[in-house]
Amino acid sequence: MSAPAIGTLNNSPKQGGKSASAWLKLRELPVTVALVVLVVVTAVINPLFLSPQGMKDLLLNATIMMLLAAGQTMVIVTRNIDLSVGSILGLVAFGTGSIFAANPNMPIVLVVLIGMVFGAVLGSLNGLLTVWAKVPSLVITLGTLYVFRGLNNAWAGPKQHFAGDRPQAFGNLSVNTVLGMPIITLVAVIVVIILAIFMIGSRPGRDLYAIGSDPEAAKLFGINVSRRVFTAFLINGALAGLAGVLYASRFNAVGATTGSGLELDVVAAAVVGGVAIFGGSGTVIGATIGAILLNTITSSLTALRVDKFWQQAIVGVLIITAILIDRLASLRHAKNLREKEGRNV
Amino acid sequence: MFTQRISTTRRIGSLTASLAIAALALTACAGSDAGTTPSAGESGGSAKTDATITFIPKQLNNPYTDVVLGGGKEGATAAGFATANVVGPLEASASSQVSFINAETQAGTNAIVIAANDPDAVCSALGEARTAGAKIVAFDSDTNPECRDVFISQVVAKDVALIQTKLISEQIGGKGEIAILSATANATNQNEWIKFMEEELASNPDYKDIKLVAKVYGDDDDAKSFQEAQGLMQAHPNLKGIISPTTVGIASTARYLSTSEYKGKVALTGLGLPNEMRSFVKDGTVTEFALWDPAQLGEVAAYAAKALVDGTITGATGDKFTAGALGERTVEDGGLVIVGPPTVFNKDNIDEYDF
Repeated sequence: MSAPAIGTLNNSPKQGGKSASAWLKLRELPVTVALVVLVVVTAVINPLFLSPQGMKDLLLNATIMMLLAAGQTMVIVTRNIDLSVGSILGLVAFGTGSIFAANPNMPIVLVVLIGMVFGAVLGSLNGLLTVWAKVPSLVITLGTLYVFRGLNNAWAGPKQHFAGDRPQAFGNLSVNTVLGMPIITLVAVIVVIILAIFMIGSRPGRDLYAIGSDPEAAKLFGINVSRRVFTAFLINGALAGLAGVLYASRFNAVGATTGSGLELDVVAAAVVGGVAIFGGSGTVIGATIGAILLNTITSSLTALRVDKFWQQAIVGVLIITAILIDRLASLRHAKNLREKEGRNV
Repeated sequence: MFTQRISTTRRIGSLTASLAIAALALTACAGSDAGTTPSAGESGGSAKTDATITFIPKQLNNPYTDVVLGGGKEGATAAGFATANVVGPLEASASSQVSFINAETQAGTNAIVIAANDPDAVCSALGEARTAGAKIVAFDSDTNPECRDVFISQVVAKDVALIQTKLISEQIGGKGEIAILSATANATNQNEWIKFMEEELASNPDYKDIKLVAKVYGDDDDAKSFQEAQGLMQAHPNLKGIISPTTVGIASTARYLSTSEYKGKVALTGLGLPNEMRSFVKDGTVTEFALWDPAQLGEVAAYAAKALVDGTITGATGDKFTAGALGERTVEDGGLVIVGPPTVFNKDNIDEYDF
C-alpha cells in the first residue's frame, strides 16, 4: 500500500492520509450509533430481544446479508454494481440442495468450496461482460439477474429441496454456537474481517478505491483497471456463493425463487453503511454494520409489535439520511480542501 | 415461463395422438352421465374435440401449485381437451396475471382456469376473455363471483378453518395464546379462513380460553415467514401455538421452531404439504396438520371447464357434471363446486402420501 501515491492520483477529495480516517469515521459512525440505539431501546421495552435465543436470531438473520453487503462493497467502490447477487445466491442454494439430495455423505467443506467456485464463475461472468463489453455494470448485471434467475427456474422448475433432505450436521451449522455465535455467523464474520483487511491494507484493495475515485486517472497511473474490476466481481460472486450455501443450511426450502429481490436490500445495506454509490469510498465493515442494522430493524419492529408495513418506510428514510450525511460531509470536505489550497497559493 | 409453456405444449402434443381415442370415449361417458341436467341437450355428440384449456396459477414453480396443476393437466387430457397449457407469473403479485389472461384471450383459448392473486385485479381482463368466448373457472383462490363461471373450492372454506382451530386447541390443551402466520395480507382464501377461525374462536365455548394475539404475514416467502415466526416468539413470550394456513408459512415456521429453543414448547398446525412437513412431524416439531389432496382440485377444475365449454353446464346453481373417477359434482350457490373434505396428517399416516 502506498497512500501518498494514491493521494496524488486522486483529484477527488475523498482520499489520502489523515483526512481519510476522519472521513471514514464519519461515514461509519451514524450507522453504528443507530444500531446501538435501536438495540438498546428495543431491549429496554422487550427484554426478550436480547435473550440468548433472541441474540442468536439477530445474528443469524444478518449473516447472509453481511456476506452479500461486504462483497457488494468491493464492487460498488470501483464505481460498479452487481444486481445479480440474489440470483447467484438462489442458483448456489438450489445447487447445494441438489448436491446433498444426490449425495448426502458429501463432506460439508467440499460443498462449501463447490458453492463458492460456482458463485465465482457466475460473478466472473459479470466481471468479463463489464470489462470487455465496456457496458455499465448496472445494465450487465440487471441482465444477468434475469439470466441467472431464468436458469434457476429452468433447472429447479417446481422442485424444492428441504432441510430434511440435507445432513443434520449441515443444518446444525445454523443451530450450534461457538463463543455465543452461530457457526455460520462466525464464518461470515471471519470472511468480512479478511475482506476488510484486504481492502484497507493491500495494494489491490487500495487500487479498487483509486479506480472508483477516478477510473481514467487510475489507468494513467498504471493500475490494471480491467483486471481489478474483474477480480472484484469474481470475489463478490464467490461470497454470494458462500451466502447461498449458508442459506441452504439455515432455511427450510431452496428452489426456483430463492433469494429473489435480495439485490436491492444488499445495495441498501451498503448505502446505509456509508458506501458511496458512485464509488471511491466506503468500507466493508460499514456495509456489514448496515446489513446488521437493516435486519435488526425488522426484528425489533416485530419484537415491539409495530406494524411491519412501517418497516419499509423506515428503511427508506435511513437510505435517504445516509445519502444526505454523505452529501453534507463531502461538501464540508471540499470546502476544507479549498481553504487549504487557498492558503497554499 | 416461456420454456414451461413450450415444453408443456410439446408434451401434451405428443400425448394427444395416443390419448385422443381414450379421451373421446371418456368425454362421451361424461356427456351421457350429465344427460340428467337440464342444459344437457346439446352435450355428448357435440362435445368439442379441439378445445384448449390454460391454467393460470398464482405463481409458477410453487410446489403446491405444481401438484394442483399436475392433477389439472391429467384431468384436462382425460376430460377431452386437445391442448392444456400452463402460464403464469413467477411471483404472486396482484396485477401480475393480467398480461397472461390477455394473451390467452388473443390466442382464443376456450377455457381459462385461474387462481386469482387478487379478486379484483384480474376482473376486467377476464371480462374481455369471456366476451371473446372463453369460459372462466376459478380454482384455489376465487375472483369476484361476477368475473367467472364457477369456482372450484378445495373444501368448504369453513371446514378448513374449523379443522385448524380444532387441531390447535387439541395441541395446546384448550387454552393459551395463539397467533396466525398467513400468506400475503390480501390473499383471498387465507383471509376467508382466518375470518372463520376468528368467528369460531369467539363463539365456540370450547375455545373460550384461547386468545388470538397476533396475525402476521410471511408473504409466502421462506425467509420472510421465518423471520415473522421468530418475531412472534419475541413479541409474545406466552405464545402456546401458531396456526399457519399456508404451505410455505407452516414449513418455514416448522424449520424455525425445530432449530430453536421453542421446539416442542410451541405447537404448530395449519395447512402443509406432507412431503415438506415429513421431517418436522417425525422430529416432533409438528403433531398434526391438515390439507386436501391438491391434485383433485386441478382435476375437478379441468372437468368443470370441459363441461362449461361443451355447454353441459352453465354454472347455474344445481348444474351437475362428472369429474372422471372422482364422481359427480354439483354447482352450489354462488357457482361454488366443492372438491372434498380436508385430510389430517400425523406421524401415523404421513408416509402414505406423496405430494
